[in-house]
Amino acid sequence: MNSSSPSNLQQLLSDGKFVVTGECGPPRGSDPEIVRHKAQLLKGVVDAVNVTDNQTAIVRMSSIAASVHILNQGLEPVMQMVVRDRNRIALQSDILGAWSLGIKNILCLSGDHQTFGSQPEAMNVFDIDSMHLIRTIKIMRDEGCDMSGFELKNPPRMFIGAAANPFADPFDYRVIRLAKKIEAGADFIQTQCIYNMDRFKEWIKQSNEEGLTEKVHILAGVTPLKSAGMARYMKNKVAGMDIPDSVIDRMAGVPKEKAAEEGIKICLETIAELRQLEGIHGIHIMAIEWEEKVSEIVKAAGLKH
Amino acid sequence: MIVGEQKPIAEIIKSIQPYRKILILGCGTCVKTCFAGGEDEVAVLASALRLSFKKDHQEIEIDELTVERQCENEFIQEAAESIGNNDAVLSLACGAGVQAIAKRFATSPVLPGINTSFIGIQENPGLFTEECSGCGNCELATFGGICPITRCSKKLLNGPCGGSRNGKCEVAPDTDCAWQLIIDRLKILGQLDNIRSYIPPKDWRPSTSGGPRKLVREDHII
Repeated sequence: MNSSSPSNLQQLLSDGKFVVTGECGPPRGSDPEIVRHKAQLLKGVVDAVNVTDNQTAIVRMSSIAASVHILNQGLEPVMQMVVRDRNRIALQSDILGAWSLGIKNILCLSGDHQTFGSQPEAMNVFDIDSMHLIRTIKIMRDEGCDMSGFELKNPPRMFIGAAANPFADPFDYRVIRLAKKIEAGADFIQTQCIYNMDRFKEWIKQSNEEGLTEKVHILAGVTPLKSAGMARYMKNKVAGMDIPDSVIDRMAGVPKEKAAEEGIKICLETIAELRQLEGIHGIHIMAIEWEEKVSEIVKAAGLKH
Repeated sequence: MIVGEQKPIAEIIKSIQPYRKILILGCGTCVKTCFAGGEDEVAVLASALRLSFKKDHQEIEIDELTVERQCENEFIQEAAESIGNNDAVLSLACGAGVQAIAKRFATSPVLPGINTSFIGIQENPGLFTEECSGCGNCELATFGGICPITRCSKKLLNGPCGGSRNGKCEVAPDTDCAWQLIIDRLKILGQLDNIRSYIPPKDWRPSTSGGPRKLVREDHII
């Protein structure tokens, strides 16, 4: 957390503000208006917007380009970058390019496996892993050189993010992995969507005990559910997702036309509970193709600082 | 061993169409062990092809031969006469065997009869699993004898991704998560510290990224 990035997200977190971030999935096409429209829905609502990088291994507008559209709308993007599609040469090149375009936050990810996407016949790269990407950006920023040790003119002063999934196995390695990401250079963490609060509480408790939450800013992830069908789909089909039956039953227990309302209600209850926990520094709202609801959630949750 | 699987019969028939005299050349080591290209498979394939051509009223002469290893000169030489007597060779060896034949018999067409799958083991009767990518720089000592480069779908070196669930990989529910196996085993061995600290990026030069590989053993050069 000693980074010297000019990122506004970093500034807010350093000032001890409880931040809120949103998410924008770029379109399967090249229309910038779609990105601009999503940005407008989030403007003045969130402190920064994650821009996903070909999420679920489906070809979309690049996260760099979409991040620039977001930037031009007066919002701060968190550019996601996966190691699935690019080797270390391309990754470093794109980091330099992103910085030159004014992108100040980056989230380092492995990436969904290409077999989940629309082009499963593709070759993957995985030259380096997400841990290596974190370290690479830290070295570029703090030591001013690329992976070969070559000195960079105008090194990228990125605020470095990483993901954590407390719901994946093996559970007892999850805190070790968080510690490794911090040691590699992560300044902030965004977690997988939280529905299983018991498990999340155990993870954050262990992280607190290890002193990790003092070394990194943790933004807890939430995704409002639109319907019982969506909840079931996410539970069964989306890798790394843990949705307890109690949540699914609750979604299924209300009339269809009330399901979205119930999903928002669950989301607000989750946020309220998360705010009570020690070691949480913000909320990351991933409203998938439901960006118009983020404003309502932020307002109702009292997240505006 | 090198694990392979016989190509679909339709593909084989199509590839041998231009020829009237074919040698089916088996290999008696790896691909024999995985039931893809030993003498038994040569015999079965030869019968199937003869029947198929007969049914279609097409002429074909098929010779059968299996050598110990198609990747070694002394065994390849045993096949020289048969190769010379035929229009083409349908090799049931791995890709290395097919190319070894092609290198040594400049005028004989060589066709692959199997798809070379991976370097692996027979985990259970009838179940073959990939264990090694031949990366050229073995790091199994760190990972408790379980290779994350081969057995993790994302080649992760620093721990499991967010898709590890109940010991299984997100990519295929019947595939073990390599990282779960690594962690379990290192715990048993009391070596979990091996993976507590940062493991740097891999140097891929000794792997296929460095171009075609070769190994020179000065002590064996005559």
